[in-house]
Parts: sequence; structure tokens; C-alpha cells
Amino acid sequence: MAETKEMKKVLFGPILDNNPIALQVLGVCSALAITTKLETALVMALALTSVTAFSNLFISLIRKQIPSSVRIIIQMTIIASLVIVVDQILKAVAYDIAKELSVFVGLIITNCIVMGRAEAYAMKSPPFMSFLDGIGNGLGYSFVLIVIGTIKELFGFGTILGFPILPLVQNDGWYQGNGLLILPFSSFILIGGLIWFIRTIRPEQVEPKE
Amino acid sequence: MSDKKKETLGKTIGIVVAVCLVCSVVVSGAAVGLREMQQTNAANDKRSNILQAAGLETTAECDVPCTYDKFVTERYVDLSTGEYVEVGEDFDMYKAANEDEYTVKVENSNVGFQRRSSVASVYLVENDAGEVTRVVLPVHGSGLWDLMYGFLAIDSDGNTVRELVYYQQKETPGLGGEVQNPSWKAKWDGKKLFKNGEVAIQVKKNAGTNNEYAVDALSGATLTSNGVQNTLTYWLGENGFGPYLKNQTWKS
Repeated sequence: MAETKEMKKVLFGPILDNNPIALQVLGVCSALAITTKLETALVMALALTSVTAFSNLFISLIRKQIPSSVRIIIQMTIIASLVIVVDQILKAVAYDIAKELSVFVGLIITNCIVMGRAEAYAMKSPPFMSFLDGIGNGLGYSFVLIVIGTIKELFGFGTILGFPILPLVQNDGWYQGNGLLILPFSSFILIGGLIWFIRTIRPEQVEPKE
Repeated sequence: MSDKKKETLGKTIGIVVAVCLVCSVVVSGAAVGLREMQQTNAANDKRSNILQAAGLETTAECDVPCTYDKFVTERYVDLSTGEYVEVGEDFDMYKAANEDEYTVKVENSNVGFQRRSSVASVYLVENDAGEVTRVVLPVHGSGLWDLMYGFLAIDSDGNTVRELVYYQQKETPGLGGEVQNPSWKAKWDGKKLFKNGEVAIQVKKNAGTNNEYAVDALSGATLTSNGVQNTLTYWLGENGFGPYLKNQTWKS
């Protein structure tokens, strides 16, 4: 039973208790840029989750062979290869979304969550658990992206996944889209608000005063 | 975390080379294996924009490539004479702008690019009887942040606008990005381009619905609106599709 419990913790822990964006404040830059629409946020979340999971898996498989002097380079090589593969697949099957995500898929390479999990977890854990850890952290990232993406799209464009919810003034409705929310930096405020919210319901995450 | 024993130079290099080999095989495999699908996607994306400008709907039985092949013909126009010319199948007017054979310098215009190709693509939309109903012209010019690429669809009279579809732009979402808003695009339908042989179409404030030579500028996006204006002025003028539209080459 202990193992299932551990698996659950690795898989679902990063959503609220140990969220990579909210608690560790990693991978914020892509979360700021691509959450303007929920659809792109979802695809980005999926892309990042698969990259984190598979890079964790492969790195964990060869963790005993990796010489520690070049371990970061080897991790980067594996991560970069996976990102290129994901990018190519997106361009082949979801061309419109790939066009909108443009450089941000490529920038998963520099996303601290992927690298951070590879170095902190996959280098010392067995492959299956590392794989789960990758999915778990991907889910944590996805959770934040989905929340922010929903808020931004709903109040910025009046739509959810492209379906009009609040009719816009431009289209003879009553809702004036909030232009501030469409811009990337409004995610700063929203992510800040989300961190505040999570730390209010999980007070143990509050950092001790120095 | 590592033991000293595995840190020999030979082994380190061996591992690095092995990882690189495996990764490069995976990456090139993905790139080569998916290339065909990606190219089809890019071609279909362009075609679906042309179809949108052409005002054609795709149906379940007849998807984008099928509808395109049925109603749309691509021809190439020598911009200085307005006559059709033959160039290779793979001709791309945006790439040709920088090739010695085709390049032409753009002068006395604030359209936002320095070179264009001497030959441009046009897309003729035909009805079932084989008559040209619309002419779709590729246009581009700078907006606020970057070049905006679009298709301008004109009636067979060479003067009446049907659609202005921007398919690639980086304008501010919600402001200049509204060039893609359906309700703004709808304002172009029925506007006239030329008055006494001169380009008369204007993008301006308070254009009113009755003025057939003017379209309302986008509110909060003056520079984008100016960009649209400059783009049209250039491409409809003497240096752009002017001669082609004057000759009405598609009728002969």
C-alpha cells in the first residue's frame, strides 16, 4: 500500500501541495505568454506534460550511466530532442494551434520545470516513478495554465474555447472586453492572485519571515 | 551523487556520443517522417484563406483542396505590364522578392518593405460555367508591429471589393488585431476602389456606411489602419496591381 500512496503523492502532489508554478515559481515565463486563449493553453500544457514525463523517463533510465561532469548537457540534449519531436508533431496534426504557439513550443527547452524535475527527481529515482513525477508536474503546470487561460479568455475576449459566452460590444453585445487581460503581463497579476489563494487555503506553503 | 569510478574520459565521451546519436536519429526521423503532413497543412492553410476571400464554402464531401481545385486557378502576372506570364510551379512571390531575376526596388512608398517581386500570383475564382467571378490578389504591408499579409478579393468588374482577409499579422490583440474581426471585414463588401482611374479607397474615421469609397478605421488602432491604407494604396497603384486591374486581363 505504501507504494500506491507514494505514487499518488508523486502524481497529484504537484497540483496543489507542491505546484511548480505557484510554490516553486518555476516556468512562469511561458505561463505568462501563452495563456491568452484557453485552447493554446491546453495544447501548451499537453506539450509540456509529455516532454516532462518522457524526459524524466529517459533520463531516469540512463541515470546510472550519465557522468556527473556532463549531466546537464546530456539532460538538455534529451529534452531538446523531445521538444523538437513534439513541435514537429504539432505542426503535422494541429497546424493552426502550432502557428499560434509559434516559438513557445521551442521554448519548452528552457522551461525550468523540465530541467528542474530532471535534475532534482529523475537523476535519483527509478524510471516509472520519474515518469509519474513528470506527469504530475505537468499537471500542476496545466492546472495553473487552465485557470489563468480561462479567466483571461472569458474576461478579455468574452469567449471560452472560442465560443462566445459574454457578447462583446464590437459584435453588438453588452460586454466590453478587458484589453488589459489580453496582454501577457496581466498573467503576472493573475498568477500572483492564484499563489495568494493557494497559500491561503494551504497556509503551510507560506514562506517563514526572515 | 556519482561515484568516482565512472568518471573516466573515454566513458564520458562514449556516453555523450551515444546520447547524441540516438537523439539525432529520433529528431531527424520525426522531421522527415512528418514533413509531408506539414507541407500539406501549410498549403491547405493558405488555400483555406484564399477560399475565404473567394467567398466559397467547403462542404463535407468537398474539403479545402477539392473546393480549391474546382473553383480557383492560380495565374502569374507581370506587374509592370499587367499581362499573364508563365513561371515555374513552385514560384513564390514573397521569396522571389529577394531573387535577382525578379527583384524590384520599392520607391516613394511607405508600404513598409523595400523589395518586391516583378511577378505576382493572382487567384481567379470561377463559377461552374467557367466565368471569372472574383479576382483574389495577395497584398502585404506593414502594420504597427510587423508586416501584415492578406488577400483582397475583387469582383470581376475590377473595382468592387468583396473581402479583405488578413491571414498573418502581429497587431495588438483587441486593437489592431481586429483586422481579423468578422464585423470589420464585413464593412469591405461592396466598397469601390477606383474613382476616375485613381485609387480612391480610404480607411478613415467616421467613414459612414453610405460612402462607398471609405471604410471605418479601427478604433484605437490608428497605425494599423494607416498600414491597411498604405498597403492598398501601394498594391492597387501603378507599382502594384494597377495595370492588371486596368487591363482587366482576366476577361481576355
